[in-house]
Parts: sequence; C-alpha cells; structure tokens
Amino acid sequence: MLQQIALPALRVTAVTLFLTGLVYPLACVPIAQLLFPQRASGSLIFDDRGEVIGSALIGQRFASPHYFQGRPSAAGTDGYDASASSGSNFGPTSQRLQRRVQSDLTRLQADNPDQHQAIPVELLTASASGLDPHLSPHATLWQVPRVAKARGLSEDRVAALIAELQEGRDLGIFGEPRVNVLLLNVALDRRFGRLVAVGP
Amino acid sequence: MSMFGVLQALLFLLCITLLTKPVGLYLFAVYESEAPPLASTLGRLEQLLYRLCGVDPKQQQRWSSYAQSVLLFGLFGIIASFVILRLQQLLPLNPQHMQSVSSDLAFNTAVSFATNTNWQSYAGESTLSHLSQMAALGFHNFTSAAVGIGVALALARGLTRKPGPYGDHCVGNLWVDLIRSLVYVLVPLSLLGMLFFVSQGMVQSLSAPIAAHTLDGVPQLIPMGPVASQEVIKQLGTNGGGFFNVNSAHPFENPTPLTNFVALLLVFLLPAALTYTYGKMAGDTRQGWALFGAMLVLFVVGLIATTAAEQSPNPALAGFPIDHAAGNMEGKEVRFGVFGSALFATVTTAASCGAVNAMHDSFTPLGGLIPLVNIQLGEVIFGGVGSGLYGMLIFAVLAVFIAGLLVGRTPEYLGKKIEAKEMTLAMLYVLIFPLVVLGLSAWAATSSDGLSALGSAGPHGLTEILYAFSSAVGNNGSAFAGLSANAPFWNLTLGVAMLLGRYFMIIPVLALSGSMIGKKTVPKGPGTFPTGSLLFVGLLIGVIVILGALTFFPALSLGPLAEHFAAQYGKVY
Repeated sequence: MLQQIALPALRVTAVTLFLTGLVYPLACVPIAQLLFPQRASGSLIFDDRGEVIGSALIGQRFASPHYFQGRPSAAGTDGYDASASSGSNFGPTSQRLQRRVQSDLTRLQADNPDQHQAIPVELLTASASGLDPHLSPHATLWQVPRVAKARGLSEDRVAALIAELQEGRDLGIFGEPRVNVLLLNVALDRRFGRLVAVGP
Repeated sequence: MSMFGVLQALLFLLCITLLTKPVGLYLFAVYESEAPPLASTLGRLEQLLYRLCGVDPKQQQRWSSYAQSVLLFGLFGIIASFVILRLQQLLPLNPQHMQSVSSDLAFNTAVSFATNTNWQSYAGESTLSHLSQMAALGFHNFTSAAVGIGVALALARGLTRKPGPYGDHCVGNLWVDLIRSLVYVLVPLSLLGMLFFVSQGMVQSLSAPIAAHTLDGVPQLIPMGPVASQEVIKQLGTNGGGFFNVNSAHPFENPTPLTNFVALLLVFLLPAALTYTYGKMAGDTRQGWALFGAMLVLFVVGLIATTAAEQSPNPALAGFPIDHAAGNMEGKEVRFGVFGSALFATVTTAASCGAVNAMHDSFTPLGGLIPLVNIQLGEVIFGGVGSGLYGMLIFAVLAVFIAGLLVGRTPEYLGKKIEAKEMTLAMLYVLIFPLVVLGLSAWAATSSDGLSALGSAGPHGLTEILYAFSSAVGNNGSAFAGLSANAPFWNLTLGVAMLLGRYFMIIPVLALSGSMIGKKTVPKGPGTFPTGSLLFVGLLIGVIVILGALTFFPALSLGPLAEHFAAQYGKVY
C-alpha cells in the first residue's frame, strides 16, 4: 500500500523539482535578458568612463551637502548596504526609534540652517528595505536651500530640476509621486558640474 | 483614506471580482473535465509528465491514499530542499560562494517552503546561492500551491460529488491534480507574469553581485539573481518567501507601484477563483459566491482599519518638529506610501501569502493588530491557494451546524447530513491552530531562549512572539521581523509549528471529505438552510469572527491592545 504511493511520490518529486526548480527559472533568464537586457541586469547606471555608479532602483548613501540625501537606512552598519537589505524593525513604542529620530533631527537641523519648516517625516523614518531610492517631492524640496547654497546656484534652478525629474503616480493612479534621489544627484552633476566631495 | 487610496482600493476589488468567474471557470475545466482545455498543446506536456512520474491518471484515490500521498510528497520535498541547502557550497550556480546553510536553518527553510508558509529565518542575499533559490525554494513555491489546490478540490469533491462513476469513496488523484496545476495554471501564468515584472525592472540574471562606486564615493555591492521568475510564483502561489531579506520591499523584488498592484492581484487570483470553481462543482454558483462574499466583507473591513491606523502619526514622535502628512513611514517605502503598504499588509495576511512590502513590526499598534488578526482568523479571507477554500469550507460546515442547532434540525450542507463524526473533524481542524500558537507562544515567552531573540521590550515584544507563531501555524510567513528568529530555538519551534499547521490541518480536512463523499444527498425541502444566501454570508462571518475573537482576544489584549493604549500616553519601552 505504502509502496504504491511512495514510488510515484518519489518520481513526482524528482520530475517537478527538475521542471519547476531548474528548467523554468533557467529558461526565464535568456528570455528576460533578450527582451529587457538593461532591466533584467539591474538597471545599472554608468559614469562617463563606463564604470558602474549604481542601480537606478537602489538607493545610495549621500553625505556631501551638495547632494540630496535619501532616507535613514538600516541596511548594513552604515546604511544603504545593498548586500544586507533591512528595515529598522523598531516598534512604534520603541525608545530606540525615538533616540534615532532625535539624533537625525539634530543633524538635519544643523545641516540645513536656512530651512525652518517642519521636517517631512520620510527624512526621519527608515525605509522598509534600507535601499529606498525615492523621496517625496516635498522631502526633496525641503533640502533645496542647502544644495543650492553648496553649489552656488539659485534655489529656483534646483527646484526646477526637481520638477523635471519628479515621477507621478503609475498610470496616474498607483503609488505616490516621488523623486529618485540618485538620478536627481546625477542630473545635478551633469547639468551644473561635478563638485569634489568635501567629506562627511 | 485619500482619494487615490480609495481609487486604488476600488480598482483592486473590481479586478478581483471580475476575474473570479472566468478564472474559476477555467480552473473547473482544468480539474473537473475529462479533457482539459488546450489539450493539444499543454495536454502533451501533461501526458509526458504522467509517463515520467509513472502515474495512471485514470486511477482514483480514497481520502486516506490522498492524504498519504500529500504527506510523503511533503517529506521527500523537505528532504530534497534540506540536502540542497546543506550542500549548496558544492553545487553549481553559486557565484557568491555561499557556505553551507546551518542545519537548523536548513530544516526551518525546507519546512517553511514545503508547507507554503515561507517564513524567512534566512536572509536571501547573504545566505543562499542562486541554485538554492531556484531548486530548494522555487520548486516548493510551485508544488506547495499545487498540493493546496489538490486538498481543496478533494474536500470540494467530498461535499459535492454524488455517488458516481469512480465509486463512492474516491476524492480524486493527488498526482493528477498536482500535475494539472503546474501544466495548465502555475507555470504558464508565471512565465507571463515574469515578463511583465522584468519589464518593470525586476532582475533576472545569474551573475555575481556587481560592484559599484557610488556617486558620493562609497562602494556598494549590488546583488543579482533569478528574482523575477521566483517573484511571480511567490505571489501566485501565496508563498511569500522573499528572494531578498526584505522581501517585496526590495526595489529589485517590487520596483514600481504597478508591480505592487499586479503582485497583489496575483495573490488573490487563485483563492478567489477557487470559490467560483467550488460553486460550479456544487452545481450552484451561489454556493461559491456566498464564500466569496464573506471573504470580501472581512477583507474590506481589515483594509479600512489598517489604512486608517497607518495614516495617523506615531504618538512617540509627537513632540518633534515633524511634518507627519505622509503618515507612519517607519518601515515603509516612498513609492508605495501608506496606502500601498496597508493594502499589501492586509492582502498578504488575509491570503496566507506572507510577502511584505513594509515592515509590519514598525506598524502602529492597531495597524499591526489587523494583519495579526487576519492570520488568527484562520487564513480564510481568500486565504492560501487551496488552503483558503478548504479552511472556509470547514467554517461553512460549522456555520451550518450552528444554524441547525438554532432551529433544532439535523444540519445538512449541500444536501448531505453533517453528523457527529464530521463535527469532530471540523473542531479538530479549528482547535489545532490556537492550541499550537498559544502553547508555543507561552513557552517562548517564559524561556530565556525565546526572550533573547526579541527586538522590542514591553507589550510589543509579546506581539512579536505571538505574530511569529500565528504566522508559522497559519502558514502565512510574514513576521514582526525585529525578532531574531535565526537561532536554533526559534528555527526548530517554528519549523514544528509550520508542520503542525499544515499537515495536522490537512488530515482532518481530507478525513472530512472521505466521510462526506459516501453520503446520500437528501432533497431540498422548506426546512433546508439556504447556504447560498446573504443570511448564510452573515452567519459565516459571525462564526469566523466569534471563534477567532474568543480564542485570541486575551492574548491580543496583552500585546497590541495594551501597546495601543500605552502609546496614546506617549509611553516608550
């Protein structure tokens, strides 16, 4: 009785493992690479020398005042470690959450002395992935005075670039309006010249 | 809820409702007709697989053989995954030179995927080779969903089949149900979905991680992998185990709000459609729509509550000069926002999917309560592929029984009498869940091995424990991920919890089917309780909610509810 079941069970395991665990995913690779080569390989961005700057989908850590900064990140020890995606997983009543917000808030206020509006909550909350590439337009505009001053530009020109790069809701309905921080910073460098990083 | 939130919610409900009938009809044709559609193309593959597996598709199984097949197939699958994970350092497709997975983690992960739970004690990008992802994990994504469909069909056959051509006591053939699921449903849909997902930016590559020199001068290592192929079946099969540590919050695993929406449609697609298939099998589609209606009502209530809770700012941050317009954004991604995250959390816990696009651990106390309650109601709000339907049918049997008690009449469902034996089996199914959840939670909450893993103090810590075991036994797989579950105590207890939650609930389901299938149907009379009516929908919802509330309310009041009131007074731990 058991043998009547065990033998097919064993054979079905082997066959389905081969079909769904190897044939299907391996077949998907060339199909995807052929149809969407750039996207299937990580939407990479290159600099003028052909070196990889990063992926358009993966957020990066920015410390220099002339770059827009993304959200706090709990990925890896310094944040934005793409090989260790993670949220903070701080609960709503966590004392550690309160302390982290306090310290980020002090830093943001010190870095942005010309900005007196309340800080948009995205700039003080860690994203789910630790690799969130986006900010809301509101949180980007909040940083304009600092970036404009560091680059010696008028705030209007920087704000105009944000308006240009802002992405709307998908199909006008889905998700939230957003700005890709890495693409914005790349565009800043391309349009207004690359500044040498002044260190953290 | 903002205008765009309402719009997305309505669109989501509309899509699911419109897809239920056509997909349900297709599934009915695939499983219940002699020759499924597309026999000339996919049929050849089906026949080939029968030959390779040595399966006679004409042979039918009694419930006990069906159950033995489920158990043995599960056992072999777990062993296969365990071996692959342990030996991944010796196997190909390991460009990152990942080492062997520790035995307790390999056990947990193999069980997790075989049981359709897909709990993540592992962090994909730092633990698993490409081969492990595809063969040890992806394989179960397909087959555990197919087994779930099989068990649901077996129960539906027990309830609906009249003594017929196959003899009185056969409930189907697991191997036929499983192979048909793969050939006609899961693999073709996954291929289509994969193309869409890659077009949106999801990665599908076998390369090693790519070293980037970032704009501000920090090195960054960008992981690659066969993500898109795994992602579709992760959602379609209500599996939910992530390629990456943060699951669908990762930009490579869920790059745009559009992939977010489509992923959620995939999660509900089969569980919703199976209610229609069931109605067709019963010869009365209202029977299916009644189950669908009860699911829909419970889902909408949960969605509204979660969204409202997450839209409100966290009281712990009330004293700071912060603009809270975006809501509780800790642990959420900007592209999804509060609504896209709340929708995902509600769907993934209503269905036993368990993928996450936001960190449930960082939700407000009430926003985190709803996903937990969704799981604790028994994973029947659409539920897992197959498991949602068989769970809901058990509740339907209970509801019919209670209705019978109220009017003092022998209860019957679809014309078949519900008697002591069936009620015993149904109660067994219902009781295993809280017994294991609360028992193991109590153990973890009082042992140092359990407590040392907590990420939070105060009532939130208890919620982390409760969520972990509810998720494991409910075969959901999402987590309050502050809990550091990759330790022997947790890997083993959660592994056992997942096994009990899957197989000890499947056995009573199949036994119930076996006990119902031989029963003669009695003709409908004026005293027959109409199980395709709105009245029944109301009763069914009542039974589910009351049973869940009575069981878990004490534990919930010590966890999320206590935390909610503490938070209102600004208390932190």
